[in-house]
Amino acid sequence: MWERLVWGLVAVAGVPLVLSGYVFAVERALSPFAARRRNALRPWLWLVPGVVLLAGFLIYPVVHTLVLSLFNATSTRFAGLGNYVHIFTERSMLTVLRNNLLWLLIFPTVTVVLGLVLAVLTDRVRYQWAVKAAIFVPMAISLVAAGVIWKFMYQYQPPGQPQTGTVNSFLSTLVPGFQPRAWLFDRALNNPALIFVLVWMWVGFAMVILYAALKGIDEALLEAARLEGATEFQIFFKITLPLMMPTVTVVTTTLVINVLKVFDVVYVMTNGSLGTDVIANRMYKEMFNYNDFGRASAFATLLLLAIIPVMFMNIKRFGRGGRA
Amino acid sequence: MRKLFIAVAMLAPLAALPAGKIGGKVSVLGVWGGAELETFNKMVKPFEDRTGVKVEFEATRDLDAVLTTRVSAGSPPDLAVLPSPGKMADLARQGKLVDLGGVLNMAALKKSYAQGWIDLGSVDGKLVGVFPKADLKGLVWYDPKSLKAAGLSDAPKSFDDLLAEANAAAAKGVTPFAIGIESGAASGWVGTDWLENIFLKTYGPAKYKEWYEGKLPWASPEVKSVWQTWGKIVGNPKLCYGGSQYILSTNFGQAFIPLFDNPPKAYFHFQATFIQGFIGKQFPALKAGEDFAFFALPPVKPEYAKSAEIAGDLVGMFKKTPQSAAFLDYLTTAEAQAYWVKGGNGLSPNREVPLSDYPNALSKRAAQILTSAEMTVFDASDMMPGKMNTAFWAAVVNFVSDPDQLDDILRQLDTVRADAYGK
Repeated sequence: MWERLVWGLVAVAGVPLVLSGYVFAVERALSPFAARRRNALRPWLWLVPGVVLLAGFLIYPVVHTLVLSLFNATSTRFAGLGNYVHIFTERSMLTVLRNNLLWLLIFPTVTVVLGLVLAVLTDRVRYQWAVKAAIFVPMAISLVAAGVIWKFMYQYQPPGQPQTGTVNSFLSTLVPGFQPRAWLFDRALNNPALIFVLVWMWVGFAMVILYAALKGIDEALLEAARLEGATEFQIFFKITLPLMMPTVTVVTTTLVINVLKVFDVVYVMTNGSLGTDVIANRMYKEMFNYNDFGRASAFATLLLLAIIPVMFMNIKRFGRGGRA
Repeated sequence: MRKLFIAVAMLAPLAALPAGKIGGKVSVLGVWGGAELETFNKMVKPFEDRTGVKVEFEATRDLDAVLTTRVSAGSPPDLAVLPSPGKMADLARQGKLVDLGGVLNMAALKKSYAQGWIDLGSVDGKLVGVFPKADLKGLVWYDPKSLKAAGLSDAPKSFDDLLAEANAAAAKGVTPFAIGIESGAASGWVGTDWLENIFLKTYGPAKYKEWYEGKLPWASPEVKSVWQTWGKIVGNPKLCYGGSQYILSTNFGQAFIPLFDNPPKAYFHFQATFIQGFIGKQFPALKAGEDFAFFALPPVKPEYAKSAEIAGDLVGMFKKTPQSAAFLDYLTTAEAQAYWVKGGNGLSPNREVPLSDYPNALSKRAAQILTSAEMTVFDASDMMPGKMNTAFWAAVVNFVSDPDQLDDILRQLDTVRADAYGK
């Protein structure tokens, strides 16, 4: 207990102390130089701690992972591209890749469209704060907790029995003749059922950001369109949506990055059984269950390669925003 | 900075400990939750009172991953339940496990443990794991009253008799079996127990050993026939309550519930001895022996009638401290093991736990089967390499979902076999 408290204090007080100490030390070291030299050198020296930390905790692990992915399970023998060949040829691995593609296509699309619809519609009701709060709340839940909650929601009892799962109970009350389904254990339904959980988590985020963009549109523009006799649909598709496009793109890229890394929901709810495995969960299994450093690293590398273009796009967009 | 630490260190209580007390703490990583955790806590209490050692228990259902990570990160717990004998052998050969020959009193241990248990915990002649509790697998649980009312027998002579009886019941509209194989990251293990017992009782212990050692292909006629035999039950929706969707989505810890519904929805439930604790927790009013009982899964071939499958939690030591040594020693004693036995959470491998400590006739019977079996084998999936074991679990899930895919499933398992045993 005391030990932890002391370390907490050290972290809170120590980090700013060390950093300001570093700034002083830099000034000391620079003092022999002329003023112009000093100004040129100072930013580089200030960058050193950040670069060292980045190199140590980001760049080195990435390079190391790349190297490990070219070796065998115990990293003792060079395997060339063997691990990658395995991933792209072995059947269970292909299912994993297919599933990630499925998530990638469905999740961002559904989330953005739903978020957009909700942003536009809630804007027009008086009790919008209540609706928004209800939709945003899942954002505050951890993914693992969401997985557990939805495991209960999807529970299955045989037809004719009282349904303990909310989804089955709800549907069998509302839809006459509805047969309860084992949502997570039916090969036709389990992937969509899992994707829906993540949509439920993220739709609030999409809605809030898109709502902010919606509010940023000049009312006068919409007024003018209405005066010209444009229908609400025309206004939405010809004016509102194009003006919101930059925000839609940012939201989409954020979602894409998140969906590529999808892990918790799958791990908690099905652990990849019955054709629901995804790259991150498989990587976890290869690493921590099978101790296969090579294949786990190969998966990590693939994920990184898939995310880089999206990140690059995002950074470029931020850069443009900064200059504008 | 150093002065600060010294000051803090001086604040720590340094009160002198009474005689016989060691003080300090021991960290233990394990899988016990629910009813088992309650028993564990009860068992720990007298040890803590006596020695002053605080037992810090951490539970996880993903033991393999958590333990592997902590060991490779260089911060293993003092003591841990080991995921399987196979994993234990890996860890021992990597030099991660403490040789218990220098920790425990071997003479006393040999007196209280049968040699078989000591052999199972040994790697290359060194004892590295001990069993604090054991389970007898391959039991069929039932409610004697409802079984009688349905006209079903509680002592089928052979597996075929059981199957014939189940089919006859199904023809009358009665669902005989309640099965549930969901278990989070380990979903499917219940099915491996079924298959192992059917295997053992069809082909005997020698073939059984070849199988878990990876020498017998999954696609071999022997292994395939075992799946097909199980498929006669699990692949027939008339024989299993709720059909495959229910089997897949029901947790093993709740799968017995249909037996005790009024009227009962099923009559037979296949599970190891530990389930007694789960039944007791779910239905505290039920009396073991009167309201629920078991018979051993009948043999497929009569010559293997006296065979039994056992399993147990192995505990290994990663850091030798006075505290961890004291606690490990306590775990092997009859005193500690009596708690598991009384709680209905399993059997004791320690011979000195008297039969009178078993809470009821039922657990006494299990203990008797355990000690009288002529052919005792350990859980095969636990003896397989980790990768094979998890693939086996997943294969069970796939098989229950679609038994027609059997050939394909077995081929996949052979692919993993080529990979998993090679290292």
